[in-house]
Amino acid sequence: MRRTKSAQLIEYRVVYALIIINKAGGLVYQRDFTEGLNKLSVNDYLVLAGTFHGVHAITTRLNPLQPPNEAPSGIEVLETEHFRLQCFQTLTGTKFLLFTEPFQPNTDKIVARIYELYADYVMKNPFYSLEMPIRSEGWERRLVREMRVLNSR
Amino acid sequence: MASSQPVKPPLAGQPAQAQRGSQAGLKYPSSGKTIYNRPLNRSRTQELSQASFAYLFGEMVSYAQKRVTGIQDLEKRLNVQGHPIGLKLLDLLLYREPTRSQTRPLNIIALLQFITTALWRHLFSRPADALEKSSNPETPDEYMISDNEPLVNQYISVPKEMNQLNCAAFVAGIVEGVCDGAGFPARVTAHSVGKGEEGELWPGKTVFLVKFQPEVVEREAYLGKS
Repeated sequence: MRRTKSAQLIEYRVVYALIIINKAGGLVYQRDFTEGLNKLSVNDYLVLAGTFHGVHAITTRLNPLQPPNEAPSGIEVLETEHFRLQCFQTLTGTKFLLFTEPFQPNTDKIVARIYELYADYVMKNPFYSLEMPIRSEGWERRLVREMRVLNSR
Repeated sequence: MASSQPVKPPLAGQPAQAQRGSQAGLKYPSSGKTIYNRPLNRSRTQELSQASFAYLFGEMVSYAQKRVTGIQDLEKRLNVQGHPIGLKLLDLLLYREPTRSQTRPLNIIALLQFITTALWRHLFSRPADALEKSSNPETPDEYMISDNEPLVNQYISVPKEMNQLNCAAFVAGIVEGVCDGAGFPARVTAHSVGKGEEGELWPGKTVFLVKFQPEVVEREAYLGKS
């Protein structure tokens, strides 16, 4: 199956899904941004979040060199043939996992933008209790809008 | 200028009062210059970080939420928090008006226009989006101020089980304070009018319903005749 290069570029710029894991390894948010993705059961998402949290903790200890001044960050990017996983950990230990096409550019910028939305529309909401699942309409609306713009480019 | 005179005495009286009541925990600058010694117009064009306001307002909402029995009670508490701000802003904003328009609003329309322009500009840097009189002939005492996107609600998402709540009740309290201070006692409430539909232009649109006391409407009718 051959595609022209420009068609390839357009096709490959897709943000698939977002997962947010709290500092204790609990799943607080999960959302798909494209149709037709493989779905996991709610329980499996929880297991996935917990497992990733553990693996991430292990990878922060794997550094074979002398520990540098800054604390090791653990997994930042995980690439496979079909998707790319960008992990961003905030200073407080919340992790943002972004699943994209392998050729999606600037995934770190996208995660930073998502973090900004999270800081605004989740953390500044007086009705959100810390470390609990995110059910915030303003956040949902802006996140979906932002990702739709990215995916339709 | 005569109209600005009543404004000044309480302000001039405050430093003395502040120095007298030196309670523990309240700190005064060693120079003796408190906020009351500063010129009133000094902070006229200054702006505030929206993020810090959002955190402060979030805490105010959480504080009001403690030990409340229902949503009405919570809105009442937010309203009460805003009321004294409105009373003080009326004086301050009239003081800052150009000298010839420094008079207190004398009729309902002038008051509401003062609220939707001067007060809104001061608080949110833009005028309110609409001012309407109730079209229902049974309620001639009701006016509606609409704000498409209230600044206080920018980061707030009310959970589904509390969808009656609108945290702009705080702004309603400020408006109520201005009305009360100007001698137009009123009851002001905030209502969300967004339908919660997908792709809505103004999902957070809020209407402030200003319901004046019967005596205000009666006086207005009497004044209008002469």
